[in-house]
Amino acid sequence: MGRTLSQKVWDNHIVHSSDGEPDLLYIDLHLVHEVTSPQAFDGLRVSGRPVRRPDLTISTEDHNVPTQDIDQPIADPISRQQVETLRTNTDEFGITNYPMGHVNQGIVHVIGPELGLTQPGMTVVCGDSHTSTHGAFGALAFGIGTSEVEHVLATQTLQQATQETMAITVNGELPEGSTAKDVVLAILGVVGTGGGIGAIAEFRGPVIEALSMEGRMTVCNMSIEFGAKAGLIAPDDATFAYLKGMENAPKGADWDAAVAAWRQLRTDDDAVFDREVVLDGSDITPHVTWGTNPGQVIPIAADIPGPDDFTNPADKEAAGRALEYMGLTAGTPMTAVGVDTVFIGSCTNSRIEDLRAAAAVAAGRSVAEGVRTLVVPGSGRVKAQAEAEGLHTIFTDAGFDWREPGCSMCLAMNPDKLTPGERSASTSNRNFEGRQGRGGRTHLVSPAVAAATAIAGHFTTPDHLPEGDHQ
Amino acid sequence: MKPVHIVQGTAVPLDRSDVDTDQIIPSDWLKRVERTGFEKGLFSEWLDGDDFVMNNEIYAGANILIGGPNFGTGSSREHAVWAIQQYGFDAVISPRFGPIFENNATKNGLIPVAVTGEIGEQLLRAVEADPTLEITIDVDRRTVEAPAIGLESTFPLEESTRLRFLKGLDDIAITMSQVASIDSFEQQRPSWMPQTN
Repeated sequence: MGRTLSQKVWDNHIVHSSDGEPDLLYIDLHLVHEVTSPQAFDGLRVSGRPVRRPDLTISTEDHNVPTQDIDQPIADPISRQQVETLRTNTDEFGITNYPMGHVNQGIVHVIGPELGLTQPGMTVVCGDSHTSTHGAFGALAFGIGTSEVEHVLATQTLQQATQETMAITVNGELPEGSTAKDVVLAILGVVGTGGGIGAIAEFRGPVIEALSMEGRMTVCNMSIEFGAKAGLIAPDDATFAYLKGMENAPKGADWDAAVAAWRQLRTDDDAVFDREVVLDGSDITPHVTWGTNPGQVIPIAADIPGPDDFTNPADKEAAGRALEYMGLTAGTPMTAVGVDTVFIGSCTNSRIEDLRAAAAVAAGRSVAEGVRTLVVPGSGRVKAQAEAEGLHTIFTDAGFDWREPGCSMCLAMNPDKLTPGERSASTSNRNFEGRQGRGGRTHLVSPAVAAATAIAGHFTTPDHLPEGDHQ
Repeated sequence: MKPVHIVQGTAVPLDRSDVDTDQIIPSDWLKRVERTGFEKGLFSEWLDGDDFVMNNEIYAGANILIGGPNFGTGSSREHAVWAIQQYGFDAVISPRFGPIFENNATKNGLIPVAVTGEIGEQLLRAVEADPTLEITIDVDRRTVEAPAIGLESTFPLEESTRLRFLKGLDDIAITMSQVASIDSFEQQRPSWMPQTN
C-alpha cells in the first residue's frame, strides 16, 4: 500500500525506531522565541548540556514586543526581562537571534518562510502551536511544549508517537471574494475543534492547489485549531517558484537535486487515509466566528445561531455560554453586529498578500468613526515591502493605524489589548475568551473582511461597501 | 520527573467543553521566565466569578481535575500543565485532550486520563453529587476507578509513556543513549539543506 505525504516526510526523518517505543525523529529547523524557551535554556544549564545544532536553530522576539516606540526599552518590566533573557540565552548558546528593530525580526512563522529556511520535506518545530504554518511547503511542522524545546535544543531530535492520517479535500472553485481564511474557517465549521486530534492533516484538492503560498500558510496555520498534530500541503510548482532564488534556498545543481527530491513528496495514488473530509469550495462564502472557539463559525451572511441549533448537549451548553460571553443574541444577522476594534495581523494573516488584500479595500475609503484599528505587519521585511508598495499610506490615509511587526493583539502579551466588553474583528486564529485582552470579544475574519468591517463599522464584506473615492 | 504510580483522591468537576490553555493560564502569566509560581494564574479569569466551581470550598484539597471534551486545546504553553500541577492536581480526566497539552502533561508527570464521553459524564455527575467520592488512577494498570459508584474503566497510555511515568525517566537521557544513531543520520543529510548561521 502506498504512503501519504506526511508518512513519507516522517519516514525520511526516523533516526531510531523500535517496537513499543515512539520513533526518534530528526528535526531540520527549530524556531525559538522568548515565551516558551527560558525554562528550556535553564534546563540545559542545570544539566550542563550544549545546544547540539545552533546552525539549525533560529530565534526572534515576537510575542511580547510592542508595536509602537520600539526604539524605547520595553515598558513592561516582566516583558522586558523575558526578551532580555532570550538575548542572553541565544548569545550564550550561539544561536542567531533577530531582535526588535532588525529587518529580519518578526513573527516566528512569518520569518522562517521569508528567509527561505522553511523548505519542502523538512521537519520544523517551535514552542508555538501555530508551527503548522510551515506545512504549506510540504514540511512536517508542529508545535511543542517547553520540555520538548529543551529536548530539541539538546539532541536535535524528538520522540514522537505515530499519528493517524487525515485528508481534507476542498473541491471546486472558490467564489469571488472568498479567501484562504474563509476556507480554513469553513473547514473548522465542519471538523470542529476536536475533529483532528490524533491525526496529521493533508489539505488537498483544486481549491487548495489554486491558493498562493501565503494562502496555503493561512490554511495550514489553523490546523491546530481543529486539533491536528500538523497540517500540510504537497509541494508543487507554486512552492518551487516561491523558493527559487531565496537566500537560503539551494542554488545551481543543488537546486535541481532538491526539486527532484521535493517532487517525490506526494501522497501515493493507492495510499489510504485514516480519516477523510470533503468540502465543496464553491459553497465557501466569507466566514466569521460568532463564539469562543474557532469551530463556532458561520457565513457572514447568516444569522447568529443559538443553543437550539445544536443537538449535542455539550454543543448546546457551549453555545449558550459563548453567546453570553460574546454579548450576542441568537437570530441576530451577523452583519448587524458592530465592532469597536479591527486587528489585521498575526501569523495567520500578516504577510504581504494579506496587507495587499486589506489595502485594496481600504483604498479611497475611511474607517468608521469610533473604530480603533491596528495593522501589524508580520515581519520587518513585510513592513519594508508594504512601505515600498505604498500600502502604509493607503492605510494611514483611510485612518488605519500602521504599526511595527510582532504578534501584537493576537494574544495581547504586549500593550495591544482589548478592554472588557470590547468587540473586535480580527484576522488572527483564536477567539477564546480573553484571548485578545481580558473580557474582550473576538471575531475571526479574513483581511479583506476585516478592512471592510473597519470601514462599515459592522461586519460586512467588501462587495457590500459603497464605492470609495478610488485613486 | 518523579515516578508516578497511583493517584488517589477527590476531584473537582469542571463541566465545560473546550477548556483551552488560554483559560487554564492567561497569556500575561507567560511572561515569567521561571518554572514555578503559576498556581495563582490557574483559571485566574474564571476564579473571579463567585459560581466558579473551584471557588466552592467543598472541593478544597481535590487532586484530580475532571473536564469536559477537548480539554487543553489551543496554545502550546507548557505553563498550563505547570499551573495545574502547582495548584495541586496530579491528574486530569477528560474525554479528549488538546494534543500538545496532553504531550506536555506526560513530560511533567501529570496524568492525562482520556476516558469515553459516557465515563466522563458519569464521573462529573457523581462528583457533583458527592464531592468526597474517592477516585483512583493506576498508571501501571491504566485504570480509573471509583468503587463507591461501581465505576471501573481503562484509559490509553502509550507503553513508553507508561514506563516513563512508573520509572520517572528523563526523555533527554533516553535520547542521548541513541547519540550514535543521531550522528550517522546527520552524515546522510543532503548538504543543500538550510542552515541558520
